[in-house]
Amino acid sequence: MELLINMVLLTLLAAITIGIIRVRNLFAVVVLAGAYSFLMASVMMVLDAVDVAMTEAAVGAGISTVLALGALHLTKTEEAAPRYSAILPLFVAVGTGAMLIYGTWGLPGFGLADTPMNTGVGLDYLNRNMAETGIPNVVTAVLASYRGFDTLGEVAVIFTAGIGVLLLLKRFQREG
Amino acid sequence: MTLIQDIIANYNYWITIFLMVAGLYIVVAKSNMIKTLLGLAVFQTSVYLLYLSPGKILGGTPPILDPNFTVYSNPLPHVLILTAIVVGVATLALGLALVVRVHEAYGTIEEDEIMDVVDRDDHAG
Amino acid sequence: MRLDTILRVVSKLFIPFIFIFGLYVQLHGDFGPGGGFQAGVILAAGVILYAIIYGLNAAERAVPRALVEFLVPLGVLIFAGVGLWGIASGGNYLEYNKLIHGDAIHGQHWGVFLVEIGVLVTVASTMIAIFYAFAGRGRP
Repeated sequence: MELLINMVLLTLLAAITIGIIRVRNLFAVVVLAGAYSFLMASVMMVLDAVDVAMTEAAVGAGISTVLALGALHLTKTEEAAPRYSAILPLFVAVGTGAMLIYGTWGLPGFGLADTPMNTGVGLDYLNRNMAETGIPNVVTAVLASYRGFDTLGEVAVIFTAGIGVLLLLKRFQREG
Repeated sequence: MTLIQDIIANYNYWITIFLMVAGLYIVVAKSNMIKTLLGLAVFQTSVYLLYLSPGKILGGTPPILDPNFTVYSNPLPHVLILTAIVVGVATLALGLALVVRVHEAYGTIEEDEIMDVVDRDDHAG
Repeated sequence: MRLDTILRVVSKLFIPFIFIFGLYVQLHGDFGPGGGFQAGVILAAGVILYAIIYGLNAAERAVPRALVEFLVPLGVLIFAGVGLWGIASGGNYLEYNKLIHGDAIHGQHWGVFLVEIGVLVTVASTMIAIFYAFAGRGRP
């Protein structure tokens, strides 16, 4: 059942992506991107990433949709017709995809517990966490405690991006 | 039977690759800047899937420890992707802000038309 | 959207619950899904909803622009300050074990709690500041 829900949601995700590529009205594209984010949040839910799903639902479907609509309001909502043929980009994309798909035969299957990834540091965090931090949500413990430096860097990146947007868009009062 | 097992084992990877390639195609083929940024966002979400799919363990639960459960999915990709999403929206906002400024300067958000304006200014000056 | 009665009434009902849910996600993040990043974007979404329905001026009266821009660096400073507190109490930077007189579990709880507050403040205020910047640009 888990597998079936996972596969259906992923198929819908791929269908919406085709819509995002083909539709030329940018307003429709932004709304499709919102639907894409909600579907992505559902997929993350099925993949047991509840914290990530909550963030994606609030960020992807909420805030980034609003920001993209704001940018559309300040620019224009219709994409121009393409000037060049799409053959070369399509060739590049299909070639890259074919090579990557060839690579998937070397990867471990879906949902297995004994892969190198799932027996390594992640399992270590799960085993040590309760004794060392006493916080049941391992994601919070790893985020704020074990990988605190990492998170400090991410917060600094968010801060920097915010300052950049303010510098670009804020109307500063001219003095004199 | 083994074909179906192959499909189940690799379906997440294939969709991940499809989304990644779709994002790449949008970035390369489209000249509208907002469309390009949304293509980059699709590219980015495919990376989220690439991290989260192998961390799932069938029959496991979300990594919130409870005495009633023993099998949990891998928490490490969740941590990495959680921060990546919020950083992603902050950088998307930065990109959109740049697009807004480009539109104010050139009156268009199509790369081709901007290049036309730049070429004309070069010839004029 | 100032004249749409249904949107105004429904959003007025919902916005307090969005904020309560945001605080729940923040403060319950140790025991259930949640934390500073999620709570930050939920609180920001609440403010953005208010601004969309009631107008930018009303939102700026409720959450002033200057306050938001003050909070953006404050969150980073709270986070970095917890790291310095770790050094001051005899550990490494961002080590929480020694924060509370060597009680490791207690120290971890305090460290994670404060760090998540810092994340919440920066994420929420950055998102609101970005929204104000985009919305204010369109104002004549």
